[in-house]
Order: sequence, then C-alpha cells, then structure tokens
Amino acid sequence: MSIEAKEITKKFGQFTALEHVDLKIPSGELVALLGPSGSGKTTLLRIIAGLEFADSGTILFDGEDTTHRNARDRRVGFVFQHYALFRHMTVFENIAFGLKVRPRNVRPSKEQIHAKVHELLGLIQLKNLAGRYPSQLSGGQRQRVALARALAVEPSVLLLDEPFGSLDAKVRLELRRWLRQLHDEVHITSVFVTHDQEEALEVSDRVAVMNEGRIEQVGTPDDVYHRPITPFVYNFLGNVNLFHGRIDEETSIQEGATGDPVYVRPHLLEIHRQPNRGGGHFRATIKHINSAGPLVKIEALSEWGDPVQVELSQEKFRELQLTKEETVFIIPKELKVFQKKAI
Amino acid sequence: MGSITVAAGKSPATRRVAAAATGESVAVRSILIGVAVLFLALFIFLPLAIVFSQAFAKGMGVYWASLRQPDALAAIRLTLLAATIAVPLNLVFGVAAAWCIGKFEFVGKSLLITLIDLPFSVSPVVSGLIYVLLFGLQGLFGPWLARHDLQIIFAVPGIVLATIFVTFPFVARELIPLLQAQGQEEEEAALALGASGWQTFFRVSLPNIKWGLLYGVILCNARAMGEFGAVSVVSGHIRGRTNTMPLHVEILYNEYQFSAAFAVASLLALLALTTLLVKTVVEWRARRQLAESAAWGEEGQIA
Repeated sequence: MSIEAKEITKKFGQFTALEHVDLKIPSGELVALLGPSGSGKTTLLRIIAGLEFADSGTILFDGEDTTHRNARDRRVGFVFQHYALFRHMTVFENIAFGLKVRPRNVRPSKEQIHAKVHELLGLIQLKNLAGRYPSQLSGGQRQRVALARALAVEPSVLLLDEPFGSLDAKVRLELRRWLRQLHDEVHITSVFVTHDQEEALEVSDRVAVMNEGRIEQVGTPDDVYHRPITPFVYNFLGNVNLFHGRIDEETSIQEGATGDPVYVRPHLLEIHRQPNRGGGHFRATIKHINSAGPLVKIEALSEWGDPVQVELSQEKFRELQLTKEETVFIIPKELKVFQKKAI
Repeated sequence: MGSITVAAGKSPATRRVAAAATGESVAVRSILIGVAVLFLALFIFLPLAIVFSQAFAKGMGVYWASLRQPDALAAIRLTLLAATIAVPLNLVFGVAAAWCIGKFEFVGKSLLITLIDLPFSVSPVVSGLIYVLLFGLQGLFGPWLARHDLQIIFAVPGIVLATIFVTFPFVARELIPLLQAQGQEEEEAALALGASGWQTFFRVSLPNIKWGLLYGVILCNARAMGEFGAVSVVSGHIRGRTNTMPLHVEILYNEYQFSAAFAVASLLALLALTTLLVKTVVEWRARRQLAESAAWGEEGQIA
C-alpha cells in the first residue's frame, strides 16, 4: 500500500512540530525518516499511524483519504520505541492479541491463531520463549516480539518508531540487518524513524531527512549522502568540516574572506608534508591523533584558527609518520558549497 | 504473574553501603526504635487489647447476646448495605476519574484533583451537614422531596450518600500515580492492533492496575464501614433503622452498656485487623507492580 502525506501541519501549543510536510511513499518500500530529535519525525509517523491527528493536511493510503480514521481502522502495524508490550501477558498472548480482539465474525479460530503465532515466533526466532513474560526478555527479544505482534494482524503498512533506539550497539546492528532481510521477504510498505544516519543509510530504500518540522531531502541513501541538496543534509549525514571562506582556483580556501560556507568531509582532506605545486592547500597544525579504529582521526588547527578534522587510512598514517604539534599542508579533494538562498 | 522477576530498585549491596554511610549510632537507633514501639503500644496495641478484653469481660454468652440483639443486627445490616452500595460506586467513579487524570491532558485537571481530595480535607461533620442543607426539610431540595414523599436525611439514602462522599478519594488517589507511571503506550499499541476502547480497558489497562485497584477498594471499604462523623449528622440515630455500627456503639456506650458496646466495637476492630492483613498483602503486590512500571519507564529513558 502506498502512503501519501499532503501539506501536513501539526502544532503542540506554541511549538510547530510539522510544517507543510509532503511525503510520498511508494508501495513496498522501506523508508527511513531521519532527523535530530525535535525534527518532527516521530510526530509524522504517529500521524500516519492515526495515533495523532494533524492540524491540517491529508493522509492518503493507496490514494484513499484516511485523514480522519483512527489507528484502529487504518490497519497499520506500529512498533513502539519502548516496545509497549503488554506486561501482564506472555509472549504468545502478546502476539495473539491483535487476532483475539477481532469481532467474532472475522476472528480466526483458536487453532488458526495458534498456528499464526507459532509461524511468527519462528520468524523472530523465539519459539522456545512463547511462555515468557516481557520482563523476562532482553531488549532485543522484546523488540522482536513487538514486531511479531504488529505483523500478526497482517497490516498493510508497518510503522516503526526508533525501533532500535534503546538497544545496545551490537544488538542494534544485528536487528537492523534482520529487519532489512525481513522486509525483503515480506515486502510490506514500511516507514521507520531514526536519528542514526548510519542506520537509515544501511537499512532503507529511501531516506527522508527531516529538520525543524520540514523535510529537507528525500532520496536513495546514495543520493542523500553523495548529492545532498541542503547544508543540513550534508551536515547530518556524516562528519563535516565547515570553512567560512571563498574559493579560489577551484579548490583553495582563502583566509578571512566572506562568502558562502564551504563544507568538506574529513576523509576528503589529504595531508601532505610539502605544499601543493598547483596551490589549493592550506597550512594546519596537528593537535590530536586518534589511531584506534579502522581510520586514523586527526584534529588540527588551520592557519586561520578553525578546527579541522581529517580522516586517513592507517597505511597513509604510517607512511606520513605524523606527530603532534607538527605543521602540515592540507589539500581538499572535494568541496561543497551551498549558495545562500536569496531572502 | 508469580514468576516475574523484578529488576527495579537498588541492589542489596548498594542499599547496605547507603545504610552504613547514613546510619546512626546504636544508642540513637535503640532510642528511636524504643520511642516508636512505646508509642505504638500505648496508642494502638493497648486500645485494641482493651476493646477485646472489655467485649469478653462478661463472658462469651453476653458477647453473643449483644451481637444478636435486633438493634445490633439492624446496625450491622445497615453498615453492610451502605458499604455494598458505596464501594462499587466509588470503584467506578474512582477508576473513571483516575483514568482521566492519569492518561489525558485537559483544562481543569488540577481542579479535578483538588475536588477528589476535598472529602479528605473537609471535616466529616461538615460533609454530613452539606447533605442536611441540601436534602433536609429546610434544605434546598427539602420541600420538593417532601412533596414527593422522598426522605433522604434521617434515612438510609442519606447515610449511603454521606458514605459515598467521604470514601470517594480512596480508589482514585490510589490509581492516579499508578496510571501516570504506566503512561499510555500499551493502550496505543492495543488500539493500533485493532482493539476497541472497552477491549483496551478490560484486557490491557485493568490488568495493569488490578493490585492498586484492590488496595484502594479495601481502604475504601474500611472507611465506609467505620465512618462516624458524616453519617452521624445525617442518620438521626433511629434505633434499628438508621443506626450504623459505629453509631450503635456510641449509643450503647452512652447508655452504660459497656460490654455490648465493646462487643460491636470488636467487630469493627476485627474488620480493621482483616483490612490491615489484606492491605499488607495487596500493598506488597501493588508496590511490585508500580516498581515494575517504573523500571519499564526508566529503561525507556536510558535511550
């Protein structure tokens, strides 16, 4: 089922959570709503689910207006950040809940419910824990139960609110791969909210980057990462160095010049011992070296006093034999400039 | 539910360290404990012992006879009737009020909380007088009631109304913190899964508050049976008709029938002891439930 949000605006008192948001989600896609906290991503998800209602704007499911339908009638599967499992029910009862509360004429038989729950327990690999209570499960197990519970009612849309937000790093990684796999098998239109850019880029088919109640850019992970259309998107999707300068001869930064801010990712800066013959370099003093991890991270101070972050490979680092307080030449390989919008 | 392990609270080790750090010397501790024990003995155990010793002072025969007296039986019946009406009604009102306050934001919420506390802050005698002023012969609705031959004051309806009023806060007060701690995610989950409002309430919300609810009901019941002031004002003390147990005790005592008075009083004391026992058990379960909700909430906040 495709989802379309049109001109959605939502205010909480004085605070504007969403402002004229438009978003189209094609059927069968896995879309990430990515943004910092307070960007309105969870509110948008809850409005799509029918748990919250927009002040203005419409929500269409498969072109059909569902704006005024509540969560119960929208047939969405919703997975909460803190699981929201029914604490007084076992895993089995939790997953069966959505089937058991159906009106009698459409309720599956006991045997059918049993079969369905066991099928889902197999899917989430928790077959042997059917009789446990949520408090006896680990965070990752609870999240999988929450997912199975949402899938049990065979929703037309799956909505996940920071699904891995409260899990530790290792389980997160495992679960998000699992979610990707699951989506490839089930092909249900899914939207998930996250503030973790890595998660969004790895799992989703498309990413909608949100900021201050607006959608900044929608595109494939490749698009938003390599072709960001706003400074915010560039900034949010990875580390960045920001220089206030003017560009000369294509790739050199002039000190103190006024102009549009220049953005460079840390791994797109090269460190050299000699000045570049063709120009386009600047001088910097190394202040801190962190060589733990796959990349060596270097913090330096540019000749005009801006902090600069550089990432280089361990190989390159060994080759250069850099030390603290040493002065080096930095050459940007790729610069990004966003023209200031005329106001 | 029996096998749920609770992860809330400090570990025993941290608690011990804290006790050592903030602990007092042995002398101070024994003095404090001694004072508390002495106080309890003087003001609680001694009166309780006297109630029972006085009740049985003239032997079992007199004890049973004074309980089987028609007036005593009528008082017991009336007390049970008032409690049977007041407790279920307050159960419903209390859950409804606590539900609104615990789960929703609305204008006038703090006013509602204050109103719920009103019966606690107003003297029971004043609560009784309110009903006299409303429904008494000279009261606001008095003439209308008289014309329709309805009697509320100095009759059973007045007693029931007064009882409902003074016992109103118990259930609501008990549930509000519990409902607030639990938040509404589980209810939202139930709705998203297709449950109706009633299904959500009976299958998700109610099981989550059952121990707190039971605790509130027990306290409510104890107060309903033991209420004196408000009931005294509206009852009119008509023997065999509008006397509840506490009022009956007073009358017997004023007539120097000490054994009979204490015999009926011993029933109330027994009720109190049973209430305490049940309360202890339920309170323990309720606290566990609250701790679980809190642990649940805390876990969420870590993220």
